[in-house]
Amino acid sequence: MEHNIYIYILLAGAVSYLLRVIPVTVFRKPITNRFVRSFLYYVPYVTLAVMTFPAILTATGSVIPGLLALLVGMVLAWISGSLPLVAMACCVVALLAELAMRML
Amino acid sequence: MKEMTKGQVFLKGMKDGMPICLGYFAVSFSLGIAARNAGITAFQGFLMSFLNNASAGEYALITTIAADAPYLEAVLITLVANARYLLMSTALSQRFSPKTKMGHRMLVAYDITDELFGIAVAREGDLEPLYSYGAFAVAIPGWAVGTAFGIIMGNLLPGILVRALSVALYGMFLAIIIPPAKKDKVVGVLVAISFAASYVASRAPGISSLSEGTRTILLTILIAGAAALLFPRNTPEEDKGGSADGA
Repeated sequence: MEHNIYIYILLAGAVSYLLRVIPVTVFRKPITNRFVRSFLYYVPYVTLAVMTFPAILTATGSVIPGLLALLVGMVLAWISGSLPLVAMACCVVALLAELAMRML
Repeated sequence: MKEMTKGQVFLKGMKDGMPICLGYFAVSFSLGIAARNAGITAFQGFLMSFLNNASAGEYALITTIAADAPYLEAVLITLVANARYLLMSTALSQRFSPKTKMGHRMLVAYDITDELFGIAVAREGDLEPLYSYGAFAVAIPGWAVGTAFGIIMGNLLPGILVRALSVALYGMFLAIIIPPAKKDKVVGVLVAISFAASYVASRAPGISSLSEGTRTILLTILIAGAAALLFPRNTPEEDKGGSADGA
């Protein structure tokens, strides 16, 4: 570790706060630019998708539990959309997959 | 209807914040599992969550810390992952009474998250900072303690359980991006493109040597930028809290 974890945390904390505080204190006006509005709307979906795949495949240390968790998670999220249910199901699937792999 | 006293407004905020606190605890617990894998201690995890209050942003930060990446990358990835708070904060700024003091504005801004923004704007009339403070009083500890708890439990639980719990956060991300993808075709296509592009970027020569955080920043700006150009959104109402994320 070359870098200090506290410095990372403080920097990120400062950025997070500035993003939240500047509009309510400085701008005080709605963002009217259509491109900027649309961009900010799409950003979280893209970021979360990029961070989820393929990282989920390596999260458990082997590909198959991660892949199964991804598939089950996508199907369940499509059907129910319940956040705790999807998260729990992913964990259970990954656990069962690893247990099954040990037995084979 | 009778006006509520200041104390009643604060208590109402606490009451409405309770379910959020419980949800936050569960999400931040799994965030703690990921943080532990990156070598972050329970106290550092507590501090990270106390200062950031953002699930995707913190997860991105964790990958940056795990990669021992430059500080600038931590700044940029936090900027990208939390960019949507700019939208919420601008929406919120419209709802303050012009009389609201700067100090209150600065405090309410501290924990603008999808959920806390949601309950604040759902109330009628001008924003009441005391209501938000009540909700913060339970939600912030839930989030920060949950993270620390996840790190501690990650150290205590057997490896096979920790590995299984590692996918929980991705499950939550899926629960956030898939339901809107079902309703909005553009979002659905974006999610598919993002998956594919992220995979290619993790394998392609050159790009794959960049850190995970840098790849996330570049892909987000490219894909969301292209989508905003090709499929600009119309109604401001749809944007209010339209993007949901753990915190």
